[in-house]
Amino acid sequence: MTAGRDAAPVLSVRGLIKRFGTTTVLDGVDLDVARGEVLVVIGASGSGKTTLLRCVNALVPYDAGSITLEGTEIGYTAPNSGVRRGDRALARLRADIGMVFQMFNLFPHLTARQNVALGLRVTRGMPRREAEARAEHWLARVGLADKMDNLPSALSGGQQQRVGIARAVAMEPKLLLLDEITSALDPELVGEVLDVVRGLARDGMTMLMVTHEMGFARDAGHRVVFMDAGRIAEEGPPREVLGHPRSERLRRFLRRIELRTE
Amino acid sequence: MIDAMIYALPFLWDGFLITLAVSGIVVAASLALGLVFGVILAFGPVWIGLPIRVFADTVRAIPLIVLIFTVYYGLPALQVPLSPFWAAVAALAAFKTGHVIEIVRGAITSIHPGQMEAAKSIGLTFLERLVYVVFPQAVRCFLPPWINSVTDSVKGSALVSLVGVVDLMMAIQQVIGRTYQPMPLYILGAMIYIAVNAALSVASRRLEARFAATVAT
Repeated sequence: MTAGRDAAPVLSVRGLIKRFGTTTVLDGVDLDVARGEVLVVIGASGSGKTTLLRCVNALVPYDAGSITLEGTEIGYTAPNSGVRRGDRALARLRADIGMVFQMFNLFPHLTARQNVALGLRVTRGMPRREAEARAEHWLARVGLADKMDNLPSALSGGQQQRVGIARAVAMEPKLLLLDEITSALDPELVGEVLDVVRGLARDGMTMLMVTHEMGFARDAGHRVVFMDAGRIAEEGPPREVLGHPRSERLRRFLRRIELRTE
Repeated sequence: MIDAMIYALPFLWDGFLITLAVSGIVVAASLALGLVFGVILAFGPVWIGLPIRVFADTVRAIPLIVLIFTVYYGLPALQVPLSPFWAAVAALAAFKTGHVIEIVRGAITSIHPGQMEAAKSIGLTFLERLVYVVFPQAVRCFLPPWINSVTDSVKGSALVSLVGVVDLMMAIQQVIGRTYQPMPLYILGAMIYIAVNAALSVASRRLEARFAATVAT
């Protein structure tokens, strides 16, 4: 699975700095994600994982550095230009980056089918029939063929999150961002959501995933990045990073996580 | 008494149309302006939100009657010629716009910020996010106070009679001036206002029920 990836990374982050007031949340992050790669980001809360994802999807501005998707600068007109891209340009770029949220963020006034079809119709300009057919295809893929007409309020957490994944993937993004997508779920619903992500990984979807599911990181991730205080502290193959942590910080973090999940 | 009412009805028709016209124009103008400024207040930068905030708070803090006289006497003094009708309509619309701005802002900020982010993540532009995601959800919070404000507009339109516009209220007083029978006429007037507002209430309850059905909590 690691073989045959393109040499040019899909996502490239260089020297990313993000401050909230006087607090530096991201303190010079460098990161590449290759085509078809599943990159798992781990770290304690407050280490900057979620902020990193939000910068990549241009949901928040950042102070310095460069983020490119297939060579195109995201968020700003040029690296460190300080000139934010316009609304329409940002929207076009975001359409190529899928995002799945911790709290699902489904549109409560739309059915599962309409949730998935909205971006296809409005952003991709598909006719309704075609958009809904594509939505139905993806909802079936995530195991919700019988829930197409349900409003989110009539779905379980795990089902809602699978709609969230279908909504993101149906846009056929070049990169999929997953932000602690199982943290808000009851333990017995985590498996069904992670199974969907595994399937996407097998199909070659490029993913940048923040998670606390170490078992998943170990067997589905191609590479693991450990973030600490806004920097990348360790990175490498899952078995190495999780099995033989070099720093005391990571050892302590992994012990806390293991205790929680046992 | 009934005779007096029946006698008066034809004389009230033109005034009734003026009352409907004033209410209609005020409701439409305040809805359009309130939507635009309310959205700017909710999403725009502080430097443009601040004057909107000041406007909304000021017009809502002034008694409507003072606002009407200020516009009626004030604008001609500033070399802006306005007929009594348009002066009164402008004052009422400004007053109502202040309310609608506040209702729109409240309804929009009641929507979870995650909704806007999810809409961004599927590539919707700002306007598309409003039309497809924010407004359909915000309308439930918007409708009840807004319908209240619409019935207020109908009642408030009676104040235009104070600057000489012959609306329903003024027409009633003109008939009283001829017949010297105030009670039947005021009761008739009350019944007409009640009929209009009752129709609005029924329509609004239908609307609310429709939106409540499409958006589960």
